[in-house]
Amino acid sequence: MVENTYDAIVIGSGISGGWAAKELTGKGLKTLMLERGRNYEHIKDYKYGTKQPWEAEHRGSTTKEQQKTYPVIHRGWAANEAVMECWVNEQDSPYTEIKPFTWWRSYQLGGRSTLWGRQSYRWSDFDFEANAKEGWAVDWPIRYKDISPWYDYVEKFAGISGARDGLAHLPDGHFLPPVSMNIVEKDVASRLKKHYKDQRHLINGRVANLTAAIPGRTRCQFRDRCWEGCPFGGYFSTQSSTLPAAMDTGNLTVRPWSIVTRIIYDKDKKKATGVEILDAQTNQTYRYNAKIIFLNASTLNSAWVLMNSATDVWEGGLGSSSGELGHNIMDHHYNLGASGSIEGFEDHYIYGRRPTGFYIPRFTNLYGDKREFSRGFGYQGGASRDSWSREIAELNIGGEFKDTLSKPGNWNIGMTGFGEILPYHENKITLDAKRKDKWGLPILSMDAELKDNEKKMRSAITMEAANMLDVAGVKNIRTWDSGHAMGHGIHEMGTARMGLDPKTSVLNKHNQVWDALNVFVTDGACMTSSACVNPSLTYMALTARACDFAFNELKSGNL
Amino acid sequence: MDRRTAISRVAMILGSTIIGADLFISGCTNEHTEQVQAVLTDAQISYLNEVGETILPKTVASDGAKAANVGAFMKIMVRDCYSPEEQKIFFEGLDALEQRCKKTLGKGFLSCSPGERQKLLIGLDAEVKDGKKRNDLLQQKEAERQKSSQAGGKPNYLKKTPSTPYFAMIKQLTLLGYFTSEIGYKSMGYVSVPGRYDGNVMKA
Repeated sequence: MVENTYDAIVIGSGISGGWAAKELTGKGLKTLMLERGRNYEHIKDYKYGTKQPWEAEHRGSTTKEQQKTYPVIHRGWAANEAVMECWVNEQDSPYTEIKPFTWWRSYQLGGRSTLWGRQSYRWSDFDFEANAKEGWAVDWPIRYKDISPWYDYVEKFAGISGARDGLAHLPDGHFLPPVSMNIVEKDVASRLKKHYKDQRHLINGRVANLTAAIPGRTRCQFRDRCWEGCPFGGYFSTQSSTLPAAMDTGNLTVRPWSIVTRIIYDKDKKKATGVEILDAQTNQTYRYNAKIIFLNASTLNSAWVLMNSATDVWEGGLGSSSGELGHNIMDHHYNLGASGSIEGFEDHYIYGRRPTGFYIPRFTNLYGDKREFSRGFGYQGGASRDSWSREIAELNIGGEFKDTLSKPGNWNIGMTGFGEILPYHENKITLDAKRKDKWGLPILSMDAELKDNEKKMRSAITMEAANMLDVAGVKNIRTWDSGHAMGHGIHEMGTARMGLDPKTSVLNKHNQVWDALNVFVTDGACMTSSACVNPSLTYMALTARACDFAFNELKSGNL
Repeated sequence: MDRRTAISRVAMILGSTIIGADLFISGCTNEHTEQVQAVLTDAQISYLNEVGETILPKTVASDGAKAANVGAFMKIMVRDCYSPEEQKIFFEGLDALEQRCKKTLGKGFLSCSPGERQKLLIGLDAEVKDGKKRNDLLQQKEAERQKSSQAGGKPNYLKKTPSTPYFAMIKQLTLLGYFTSEIGYKSMGYVSVPGRYDGNVMKA
């Protein structure tokens, strides 16, 4: 059984799992990374990213068969021929929706790190202190000063482009040059700045795309086809960044097709001793032992692993002694915003395709702004010229019609809001007692929804978006709100929150499970509140921080 | 593609809400027991290339839909991506188009001159646009009905909605097939690997 023993096991290979593997192997720990799905090799397995767009048989559309296999993904915008094989087979891996829940899953090496939106923002103390100041849920056990050096650390390695905007509520970081705004966005930014007297800002999106080469990776080529797989390694993913670094140490073993069914817990030592896995292809069970375990299976699946572990000690699983395991699910609510057309730039065109757009950081309930809801929201957006798919009122068919459509149309600008969702104990996931997946394993049941605070915030999101466009001189403004099912923001958080007290939290300030200190959870499950900014950069920083702590504890003989 | 472009892209994929959007979104499918044609024949592909060329003809600036072989693209899309209901409308539409041509011009589409073909399709396009306007109105009425607390006794306007007109499908597939083809991309000045971004290019 010697060959089944490692220093560390990392469960999951997405953004945070990849970071855990890189950090732990970099410190000299023999590490096993377990991935429940297929191998997905950098460049070689990017079926579409290395081809021309016209080579896709259905030119991006999905087939009737795919619509049947992936009904959840077809609820949103991500059902695209080029990436369908990256999404989980929903027939094999169902889940129960007590309330509507859109769960975007990628069960393959790298997880969602090849598919993600790459927006990368630091949280601030406005976020870390919000729960404590409002007396809501529980306090974060950390503050900005605890994580700030780790943001520096991960930004330098991942490669984040952005401008230094000097905003206390959206701290600057170690940035590569920003991806520039276009002429229309710059114009709108200056109008907003003037009108709102520097209280609102339209800034460059901060994005994990390289605007300058870093060792081993080529800079972004402005194809805007990131999620099809980038042969240049132009954006951060497990495949382009953390995995090669971890492999280079010679300390990493990767095992795909490995569904972790439970963490093995020794109740006498009050520690985990390893994991049990089910080989997804052979249905064989294996055990692997390690001194420390990093659980990075993605927010909901990390909770699932805990729920299925140490059930002989705690009926609800490892970490359930707090009564909070599986609770406090958050997301960012979106699917709403405003758009319009803008005149006066007809002679201005764009070259290249950006992998980002602009960002408008939160401005509500900050610096004297007071609303009838708590917390806030930000917007992601962009200005561009209409494409061939526009309608032309005066033309219907013929040569002039074709030649007109071949050229860029009118300028328009749009923005989508992303709002904070408060942690509510009653927003929860549980194991479904009746249904099983393809491997006979219990499945998750989702019971979470938006509540009053979020609903009030949504009215403000569309209203403020329309106001800002109006101020900027935008015409034909329309707002939309398509509703939001939990999970649809793909920023699911909570379920195993960090805290100061084992009675009310699953993890301590170092992401250790209170009931098993050699188990660390550093993906979205650990989040105590959701803020309104994209969370992935924070997962990276928390992971690197926890790995450093874990290594030192191991060295000191404390684990 | 990501969230920023999601809305326009979805509209594009769904054919600007033209191709069976109602069916697609509601996921409702009536069980048809009858066997419907699902795959275009070579003759039908050639025919649709001619129809496509009338919609997007070769010009000084760029090649047309026939050179881009939109007919072959339609074969793939109708076979793989259309529901049986949509396939039925599409294939019945091919017959309807030919019948309409014979009725109004006294000969089949392939025997018509470019000018005659254009005239016929402009007429069909106008009908689609009128139909869409009527449809939008019905949708609006239905939305109001559903909002109203006394919805019970009133008619369901959507049930009266005419089925997706075949010419809307053909035109949409022509546009999609053309502008996502190599010829189409190049007609728009597509650069495969731009290497940089410039958000303010002035053209002479």
